[in-house]
Amino acid sequence: MLLISCPNCGSRDETEFHYGGQAHVPYPENPNDLNDREWAEFLFYRDNTKGAFAERWLHSTGCRQWFNMLRDTVTYDIQAVYPMGAPRPATSTTAPEGATK
Amino acid sequence: MSTHQLPEHPDFLWRNPEPKSSYDAVIVGGGGHGLATAYFLAKNHGMTNIAVLEKGWLAGGNMARNTTIIRSNYLWDESAAIYEHALKLWEILPEELEYDFLFSQRGVMNLAHTLGDVRESIRRVGANKLNGVDAEWLDPQQVKELCPILNISDNIRYPVMGATYQPRAGIAKHDHVAWAFARKCDELGVDIIQNCEVTGFVKDGNRVVGVKTNRGNINTEKVGLCAAGHSSVLAEMAGFRLPIQSHPLQALVSELHEPVHPTVVMSNHVHVYVSQAHKGELVMGAGVDSYNGYGQRGSFHVIEHQMAAAVELFPIFARAHVLRTWGGIVDTTLDASPIVGTSPVDNMFVNCGWGTGGFKATPAAGLTFAHTIATGTPHKLNKPFALERFETGALIDEHGAAAVAH
Repeated sequence: MLLISCPNCGSRDETEFHYGGQAHVPYPENPNDLNDREWAEFLFYRDNTKGAFAERWLHSTGCRQWFNMLRDTVTYDIQAVYPMGAPRPATSTTAPEGATK
Repeated sequence: MSTHQLPEHPDFLWRNPEPKSSYDAVIVGGGGHGLATAYFLAKNHGMTNIAVLEKGWLAGGNMARNTTIIRSNYLWDESAAIYEHALKLWEILPEELEYDFLFSQRGVMNLAHTLGDVRESIRRVGANKLNGVDAEWLDPQQVKELCPILNISDNIRYPVMGATYQPRAGIAKHDHVAWAFARKCDELGVDIIQNCEVTGFVKDGNRVVGVKTNRGNINTEKVGLCAAGHSSVLAEMAGFRLPIQSHPLQALVSELHEPVHPTVVMSNHVHVYVSQAHKGELVMGAGVDSYNGYGQRGSFHVIEHQMAAAVELFPIFARAHVLRTWGGIVDTTLDASPIVGTSPVDNMFVNCGWGTGGFKATPAAGLTFAHTIATGTPHKLNKPFALERFETGALIDEHGAAAVAH
């Protein structure tokens, strides 16, 4: 189980949280201008990164606030927790493939 | 069934050739789908100068990690057609491949625990019958007769209110299935190349003309991707995106027991599916871990939850022990249906997005994908599953029949 540091509540078990998928996917600025291809991209296509991945989490049984997290999708190491709306922190290193936590 | 009825562990069933410099087609991924595709390319389309590239060992990914359930009771016409075709192939494949991989048609039960479940299930039975899929609705007493160890008491949190039942469904020995396909592929001249990881693609304009691997470059006219959880990684190398998210999916087995469980029981609502393998271990699985992951492992609370569900439904399991848990990486789509067909890159074809339930589709996925690779056009069974559906909106929402239960 992941141990997640909620920015408001501190370290809590993963079971208190809900996953929100890829972070930094803004609603289209001019939705009326989008063609079918672009709508498909917005609705159905998300990055499926192997390595450091910026994603949203909701502390649903705690403060009920959303936040962003940078997590390695191979090692599951949590590299950074940061507020919604803040830019993605720079990643120093990505853990080697196949490394275990 | 006990251990002495299992097939002997086979001798080497395929060569381990060095990769040639050129093939007519290259399949990336030596799991069930890749091997089945290669088999049907050779058998149905006469394409024998082909290779299957596998980065690890043959069938060591999801083909070795699934819970081996085979069924075709899907809701929508498109899904019923391809999964039912797969089931019909499963019924003839042991003879065709000359290999008894212990396909056991012991039936699959999908339990209903709420009024909503009951209505959805009866609707699905009706839809199945219209599509020529064998399906029945069972009341709790009939459920108990078919599977006496199930607890149908009113005194549990989610009492069993009935079940759908597909008698022709069942389980098979997944590793033997892979070996059966691999042996036939090898006999037909297909090169199965293990420990050969694809690291990139060679393109001429928008056309793929070669594959870069850790064992050198291989020229090829066609590439078929059968890489399940790693499909997005390969697509990125080739320069396009797929609407796929990779998640860990966990399963577990108990120690060996005398045969107690005569069928396969799945419950979407309390979230577990259980069968008993030929050798005697109880095999259980449930849903994916919520987060994206390539780590082939997940979080323990997911295992804990499915065991709690299993013990409520099967009180007899309370003192069984978990012997082993593991995870595979499944390639999920938003409509819980696969993506099969052409890709934005010319001469490159994709077979992915089977998510949590690809094993049961193995023969039909292979047969139809081979058609697509050989002819460059969709097979009538995989046409609805083309990548374009995410643009046209013609989604095939199988969450009802697919979300938990495989």
